[in-house]
Amino acid sequence: MKFLSEYRDQKAAEQLAQAIRKKVTRPWTIMEICGGQTHTIVKSGLEDLLPREITLVHGPGCPVCVTPIELIDKAVAIAQRPEVIFCSFGDMLRVPGSSRSLFDVKAEGADVRIVYSPLDALKLAKTNPERQVVFFAVGFETTAPANAMAAWQADHDHVENFSLLVSHVLVPPAMEALLSSDSCVVQGFLAAGHVCTVMGYEEYIPIAARYQVPIVVTGFEPLDILEGIHMTVSQLEEGRHEVENQYSRAVRREGNRPAQERIAEVFEITPRQWRGLGEIPASGFQLRGRFQKYDANRRFPFSGEPAHESPECIAGLILQGLKKPHDCPAFAVKCTPENPLGAPMVSSEGACAAYYHYGRRQTHDVHSELPSPASR
Amino acid sequence: MCLAVPGRVVEIIDAGDIAFRRAKVDFGGVRKEINLAYTPEAEVGKYVLVHVGFAISVIDEAEAQRVFQYLEELGALKEELGEIPQ
Repeated sequence: MKFLSEYRDQKAAEQLAQAIRKKVTRPWTIMEICGGQTHTIVKSGLEDLLPREITLVHGPGCPVCVTPIELIDKAVAIAQRPEVIFCSFGDMLRVPGSSRSLFDVKAEGADVRIVYSPLDALKLAKTNPERQVVFFAVGFETTAPANAMAAWQADHDHVENFSLLVSHVLVPPAMEALLSSDSCVVQGFLAAGHVCTVMGYEEYIPIAARYQVPIVVTGFEPLDILEGIHMTVSQLEEGRHEVENQYSRAVRREGNRPAQERIAEVFEITPRQWRGLGEIPASGFQLRGRFQKYDANRRFPFSGEPAHESPECIAGLILQGLKKPHDCPAFAVKCTPENPLGAPMVSSEGACAAYYHYGRRQTHDVHSELPSPASR
Repeated sequence: MCLAVPGRVVEIIDAGDIAFRRAKVDFGGVRKEINLAYTPEAEVGKYVLVHVGFAISVIDEAEAQRVFQYLEELGALKEELGEIPQ
């Protein structure tokens, strides 16, 4: 397909890898933010093309992975109500809650449906006026314009039986949370290309300056990733810390203004809990003003048991780039995509799922002196 | 979840309010109806980047060639094509 296949050319990838090898004089640790980028890296074996000096660590950009377990429990409870059609992107279904997943309750008869777009869920609400249709609105900035439009169209068309269970998160506050941590190992970032397609990249400029860290907006195909690494390494070797745009075919400096305007009309900034990372201030969206009538949190009050995580899962360390999936004793043994202990093994963007599916299982500690998960 | 795929606009369906503007978009032979509210500049024949049913960007075709121009500058592709003496 045009604008995809040409960015997968093996010879061009080898040439870019060679250009990276020529640049590198010492070790550097680079984090790719987005789980989609992680999958390209692992699936295409890009780490094997890179010089030993470059360590790639995988970031928190997997919305399924960072959606808090309390919200999964809430989704499961709402989905079990007889009047509800619960709609979600497919990735969320197998994510384990405290005791069950959406997939488990679907198997028991709950009306849980996988949809491609939030507009499909809105359409279901229009064609099933006697039912309550709830859409699980998770995602980063990339998905916010779609979810904002679903709420806006529901309001415009006076659809009363539609609501959103919102768990929207934002990339820049998570980057700042990582960078301000004492244990941060990241020296350069590949920023998430599609997040920047929507939001632009001006908000990264103060982060690059404050933490003296290069940030390169990067696409998702193998050549994109390699060029992004080359640009990041060039900055590191030259002592620069700027925001650059590798993914210029899709990302403009100012982002997508009409999308940003719709987001600002429908959502407001809120603190959010991130699974594995804890609460980060001003790191998410919630419905604002007249759109709060579409908030499933308000429509379906929930008082469940306190949520509990598997004590064996080290997802928090993996999402911060402090550990790699194969550093986890449960990886591919007690934790598999069929029986996951944590969300990164479930999602098509989760680092653990990528390592499992593409057979990357050798042990390689990012920082062997880090404390064990039990002591953190 | 942030996956987005480029497709070619083949037909635009105006629906009054810009919020409902749609297009038939071709993804390598598969056609889907896509919301165009966020890409008012999209035209028939252009490529749009599509995420969960919405076009979020129009692909800049000149910028899309940039990495290949860069590789050419490295002399890499020319060598591969045997255009310059080894």
